[in-house]
This record gives sequence, structure tokens and C-alpha cells, in this order.
Amino acid sequence: MKRRILSGLNTILAALICVFIGLLLGFIILVVFSWSSLASKGDPYTFGKVIEQAWSLGFQRILLGGFYQLNWKIPPGNQALRSEIAKVAPLLLCGLSVGFAFKTGLFNIGAAGQYTIGAFGAYVFALVLGMPWWVCLIASMLFGAVWGAIPGFFKAYFNINEVITSIMFNWIGLYMANTIMYGNGSGVMYNALESKNWKLSIKNPGAIIPDLDVDSSIKFADKSTFVKAFTNPATIGVFIAIAVAIVVFIILNKTVFGYELKACGYSKTAAKYAGINEKRNIILSMAIAGALAGLGAGLYYLTGTEQWNPQENKALPAMGFDGISVALLASSNPIGTIFSAIFKSHIATGGPKMEKTLFPSEIADVISGAIIYLCAFMLLFKNKLAKLLGRLFLSGDAPKGGVK
Amino acid sequence: MEILALFIKFALLYGIVLMLVALGGMFSERSGIINIALEGIMVIGAMAGVVASIDLAGAGLFVKVAGSILAAGVAGMVYAFLLAFASVSLKADQTIGGTALNILATAIAMVIAKRVNSSTGKISDSARLVYSYEGFVYNIGGVTVNIFFIVGIVLLVLSYVILYKTRLGLRLRACGEHPQAADSLGINVYKMRYIGVLISGFLGGIGGLAYILPANPNWDFKYGIAGMGFLALAVMIFGQWKPFKIFFAAMFFAVFKSLADIADSIPLLSSLRWPKEIYNMMPFIASMIVLALTSGKSRAPKAEGIPYDKGQR
Repeated sequence: MKRRILSGLNTILAALICVFIGLLLGFIILVVFSWSSLASKGDPYTFGKVIEQAWSLGFQRILLGGFYQLNWKIPPGNQALRSEIAKVAPLLLCGLSVGFAFKTGLFNIGAAGQYTIGAFGAYVFALVLGMPWWVCLIASMLFGAVWGAIPGFFKAYFNINEVITSIMFNWIGLYMANTIMYGNGSGVMYNALESKNWKLSIKNPGAIIPDLDVDSSIKFADKSTFVKAFTNPATIGVFIAIAVAIVVFIILNKTVFGYELKACGYSKTAAKYAGINEKRNIILSMAIAGALAGLGAGLYYLTGTEQWNPQENKALPAMGFDGISVALLASSNPIGTIFSAIFKSHIATGGPKMEKTLFPSEIADVISGAIIYLCAFMLLFKNKLAKLLGRLFLSGDAPKGGVK
Repeated sequence: MEILALFIKFALLYGIVLMLVALGGMFSERSGIINIALEGIMVIGAMAGVVASIDLAGAGLFVKVAGSILAAGVAGMVYAFLLAFASVSLKADQTIGGTALNILATAIAMVIAKRVNSSTGKISDSARLVYSYEGFVYNIGGVTVNIFFIVGIVLLVLSYVILYKTRLGLRLRACGEHPQAADSLGINVYKMRYIGVLISGFLGGIGGLAYILPANPNWDFKYGIAGMGFLALAVMIFGQWKPFKIFFAAMFFAVFKSLADIADSIPLLSSLRWPKEIYNMMPFIASMIVLALTSGKSRAPKAEGIPYDKGQR
């Protein structure tokens, strides 16, 4: 028991080290930018001033995220916090998607494509078929599941690496969804006037996921601050996402089904020998991963505030790749993913809050990119830490090679 | 005739890019390192090359062209070093490390592009770099040929010679097939793998520049490199990790890719009125079919993807 707690602590510490180094790197970049802007003005400046500017106009705002200039009283004052919370749901689900695949020995780099197809499914059911929100959510899951199952099928029956297949199907999915939604400018889902997909509030208000703002007749200022934080665009989506994370945790750790999937991940041949249908399980794992990513898109685009733009979205949605960072930071633990998703959303909200004329907002992306790069050799940190922790707390009986 | 000229232009453009990057991937994988970071290496190479071409606009044409190609290659190498460090020295998971570098590349390129676009100490809000391709593109007998065609053929022949006719190439291949055996004969596996990944970065970086510079007068780095690096990976697999097969595989894919650009000028295809996306999808679908058909006899280097640990038996 003591060893298990230590191992958990070890994982958390390793993740925190990655985060810390990533943030430090971001701060150094901000200092360089701050210095170059002061130097180009030609006025005399001091080292203290460079640091001060990098901190107050840049780094502090990244750290504050949605809490920067937060104002509960005036409704737009908490817009940033609400959009931060709204982004947690898709990030968490994409993270769960990648993490679930990791746990079953697969690398789901296709979350971006599954996310795109999930959004497409949600739009088809919301705008074409006029279904209520929960049907649309199920649709987004099913569409994503199909898109995830395809690379699984190729892996199981043709032995093609799922990474390469997923990448191919990312692009196929993106082009396909955009072509159908755009429909040469006259698609049913496409609003030519706005050059985006139709707003759900105009075409089918029933497809918008309800928010906690149950009784809209109550005036905004009368409600508790907690409720205010979760009104549109932060819908009940984030709670659905957290519930899904818990379900995934239970499936993976407490059920026979989850055990079989993980067994296939550890050793395909051993699983086969033990009587597990390994082909079926690979396809199922990828389908579940795809369903999770698809649901993420549903939870995001059914908030009613986000509109897909089939013409603008020529690049794959970043959400799918952010899912990889979220999963890695959490060591694929579904519960840990909740926290890493919140962190990622927080940093991403903070980026554009920086002084635009001094710091490009993408520095926030550099920070999270650096964090994933560090996560790639997190195992190294973990082994070093395990030895250290073992020496501190388990004097004498520390296993050789560290806690795994 | 005009259509044919256009077709050759685009097929050569994409074909050379895919070939260069796939050759890069080949060097890395033949040494035993899966290089999924090619997409990111291309972005960084393209960005560095374009910035160099803007900076060298005043210098002579030759200096500008050679300088930007070299800048692209070196930047790609520097970026690939990060992959080598993670996957060779620290024995990290190669796929995860490469994916991280892909994600990081677009962010870095945007930060730098915005910095380059800044005026009077103010950072610009756009990552779109505007440049001139003068000196890179020539018109020979009605067919537009860019300088990368020549660079590409030279590098193709050079790659073949290095891989099959030199001691370095033999050692590199040995490390990708059976690193323990190579080590027992006194070959430094870590060094060879570093060399493989760095060559891969050099070729990938030039490939990135070759993709965006000759065909567009400006480029928004928000879009990265639009999946070309991943397509190059498929080209490499289809080309069975061999230089000349990669050349033909690249040309095969390029034909599909260029259909998107010239479909409007071909009467038969334009009468179908298919949206551009259908053609954009084609190379990816083609590569899936090809992969499914050829998966049975894959000639992948045996030790690729497995970190080499000197102490392991």
C-alpha cells in the first residue's frame, strides 16, 4: 500500500517537474521578447524593467488564465473564465481518447480526425435531422467511434501501424466533413451569409446542451457566483465529461473487459494465448477511443456559441493533438486527465490575454508543446524520483530499478 | 499542351518535396529511429529558409538561393537534434517525442513569424510571411521548373551513394537492422543513430522550404505544412526504405496531389464539378490502399522504434 501511494506521488511529481520546466522556458522566451522590445525603443532600460515587463504584461496573465480581469458583477467580465471552463470538456475527452488507447497499447494520433467527424455527426443530427441535444451527442459518439474503428481494423487485419493509418484518416475525415458541410456553398448545414455553419440557436435551439442557467427568468445578478460561472457557453458539458472520465477509470481498472483490453496492450500474443480475441479487442479499443474524441466535439459544438467553419478549417483541429498532451501529462490516468485538461485550458486561455504588441499569444502553445516533449522522457524523471523517494521513505526495501 | 505543362509543374513540385522528405525519413529509419517529426522539421526548415530569403533579398540571387536552402537544412538539423537527443540519448518513446516536436513546431514557427512581421517594436498579429521566389523558379520552354528539382536529383543520387557505397551507409544500415551485432563490431550505435536523424533533419528542412517557397508568394504559418510530412512517411513506406523506389513512389503520390491544382483546367474533370477537397483526399486514400496491399511484404528496418541500450542483452 505504501509503495502504491509512493508510485502515485512519484507520477504526480514527475508531471509537475515537466510543467515547471515548460513554464520556465516560456518565461525565458517572454524575457527575450520583453528585452528586444525595450531595446528597439532606444530608451535606457534596466534588467529589472525587462523582467518586470515580462512578468506583469505576459507571464502573470498566462498564469491567471480565465481569472485575469475577472469581474463577477458585469456579465462579460467573466467571459474568459466561462470559455476556459467550456474548453475543458473537449480537451478532457480528447485526452481520455488518447489515454484510453495508450492504456490498451495503441497510439491514437487520430483524435483530431475523430473529433472532426464527431462534430460532423453532431451537426448532421442537429441541423439536418433536427434532433434534441442528447441524440446529437450520441450521434457524435457513434460517428467518432466509426472513424476510430477504421485504423483499428487496418491494424488488426492488415497489421498496419495505427499511427500512420490514423494520420491518413485525419485528413480524409477533415476533407470529407468540410466538403459535405460546405456543399459548394449551398450545403444544408452551411450559412452562406455568415460563411460558417448555421447557428444552432437559429435552426434548432433544442440541440443546444442545457446550461445550469435553468430558470432564465431570474435576473443574472441575483444568482450565486458558482452558477454564474457555469452559464453559457459553459454548459453541463463539463460535468458530463468528468462523469465519462470516472466511467473510463472504472472500465479500465475494475472490469474484466478493461482487463482484457489492457492485456492486449501488454502483449498481443500472450492475450491471444489466454483466449482473448485480440483482433476484436484492438478494433474495440480504437472505436472507444474514437467515441470519446467524437463526444468531445459534440460537447463543444453543441454549446451553441461555437460554429464550425468548413472553409476556414483547412488545418486539423488542434483539440485532437492537445488531447495527446493532456493524456501524456496525466500518464494516461483518467482521473489525472481531468486535472491536466483544466491546466491546459487555463494556459491556453491565458495566452491571448498577454499584451499583443509585445508577446505573440502562441508562446502559450510553445509552453504546452515543450511540456509534451518533456513528458516523452518522463519515465526517466520517474525512475530518478523513484530512487530518491525510495531512499527517503522505504529505507532498505526499495526495489532495484525503481518503482514502476 | 498548356495543361501538360501545368501538370508537370505541379507533379514535379510535389514529387520533389515528397521525395526529399521521404529520403530524410529513410535515413532516420534505416538507422533505427522512427521519425514521425518530419512534419515539424519541415515547418521549422520552411520558416528558417523563408526568413533567410527575406533577409538575403538584398544580396545577389545566388547568395539568396543558396543561403536560404542552407538555412532550411541547418534549421531542420537543429530541430531534428531534439528528436535524436530524446530518442537516442534519453531512450524516450520515439513516436511520442516526434509528435511533441510536431506540435511544438507550428507554435515556434508562429512565434518567430510574428516576430519577423513586427514593426517598430510592435509584434504583428499575423503569421503570414510575404517573400519573393525570384531566383528559385525558372521558365524553360513553357514549363515552370524550380531550383529544387535540380537540388532534389543531386540529393537523391547522393543519398543512394551514401547509403549503399560508403562505410557510413553500411554502418548506418547495420544499426537499423541489428544494433547489438553492429555494436559488437565496434560501431558506435548512438553516433550512427544521431547521424541518421540529423541527415533526416537536413533533408526534411529543405523539403519544407521546397514545398512553400516556389509555389506561393506568401505563407501563413498558422497552417503548418498541411500534412505533407505525414504523406512523405507513407511515400517512404511505399518506397520500401530504398532511395530510387522512394523517387517513384513520390512521383506516384504527386500525380494524385497535383490533380487538385489542375482539375479546373482539364475539361473532363472540370465538367464533373467535384470540390477541390475530393482531390485533396485522393493521395491519402491512395496511400491507404497501397499500404493495405503492400503490408504483407514490408521491408521495414528490423530494429526501428526500439531504443538501443548498450547494457541490455
